Amino acid sequence: MANHTLDITNEHCPMTFVKTKIKLAQIAKGDTLEVLLKEGEPLNNVPKSTSEQGFEVLRTEQVEGTTWKVIIKK
Amino acid sequence: MYDFSEQQIERYSRHILLQDVGVEGQEKILNAKVLVIGAGGLGAPVSLYLAAAGVGTIGIVDADVVDLSNLQRQVIHFTNDVGKAKVKSAKEKMLAINPDVKVNTYHTFLDSSNALDIISNYDFIIDGTDNFPVKFLINDACVMAGKPFSHGGILRFTGQTFTHLPGTACYRCMFKEPPPPGAVPTCSQAGVLGAIAGMLGTIQAAEALKYILGIGELLTNRLLTFDAKTMKFHTINTRKTDRCPICGTHPTINHLIDYEQAACELKK
Repeated sequence: MANHTLDITNEHCPMTFVKTKIKLAQIAKGDTLEVLLKEGEPLNNVPKSTSEQGFEVLRTEQVEGTTWKVIIKK
Repeated sequence: MYDFSEQQIERYSRHILLQDVGVEGQEKILNAKVLVIGAGGLGAPVSLYLAAAGVGTIGIVDADVVDLSNLQRQVIHFTNDVGKAKVKSAKEKMLAINPDVKVNTYHTFLDSSNALDIISNYDFIIDGTDNFPVKFLINDACVMAGKPFSHGGILRFTGQTFTHLPGTACYRCMFKEPPPPGAVPTCSQAGVLGAIAGMLGTIQAAEALKYILGIGELLTNRLLTFDAKTMKFHTINTRKTDRCPICGTHPTINHLIDYEQAACELKK
């Protein structure tokens, strides 16, 4: 179970990653964040950008339908 | 952590996306204080970009009013601003771009009596002036006060700029003293391609933001020059010199000097 959650299913690129970065800035180092997002562009880009900028993407899994969750460790 | 509003998140999203800026960097920008000396060709783009970036406090110094002949390059002033104090015109545009920023106006010439006092309130100083006496004054005041600054100058199709941090080469390490009055034309006498004011001013704005963010390599110990006719850029390596009259080992200048203004600046 992640320490924090963020729902960006209503956001569009690039605000999806902007919101993710802001949430990551607010949590403590070592904490985990569960991000709910839509498949397609958000799912393609957010985990990739997150790991490119030095965070650890622990796993990505389907929640239901087009909604996925990505677990990120700060 | 700074509490960003939804509007601020959107406004600064392209900064926040950058790995070298992010949330923490944008907070630094919002907390920064930058002084722009001169609301002219260089000060116009510098002020607009710093305000757009969200620099929390921007000071702007200029004694002049907007003249029709300014509008060819001083893009912060509009036709209906002619006759208005340049600092007032500039403040209005900065606040129109970004109401988050605080703008302090100084409707005065910078001279030996007020320079140290004015710069003391700021983290970084931009020299956007158009004459040698005040460029040396800004250099000397910043060296004495230990303030970083960006030097900028433009003439005809050419521009030059460097950044000074305490301990790096200053203007007098490169140029010992101002040329005699009348020896060198100012841009108002010689003419200047308006767009090069934008080229040089945006370099200065980028240097100020890099300094605030603590990223990259500043133009310290390097003089960047360009000629827009050939569009060639050159970097000349410079260094702090022991014999410098202000920052050397035995400085001979221990007070600020008001050099004589070139004739064209006396036109009123």
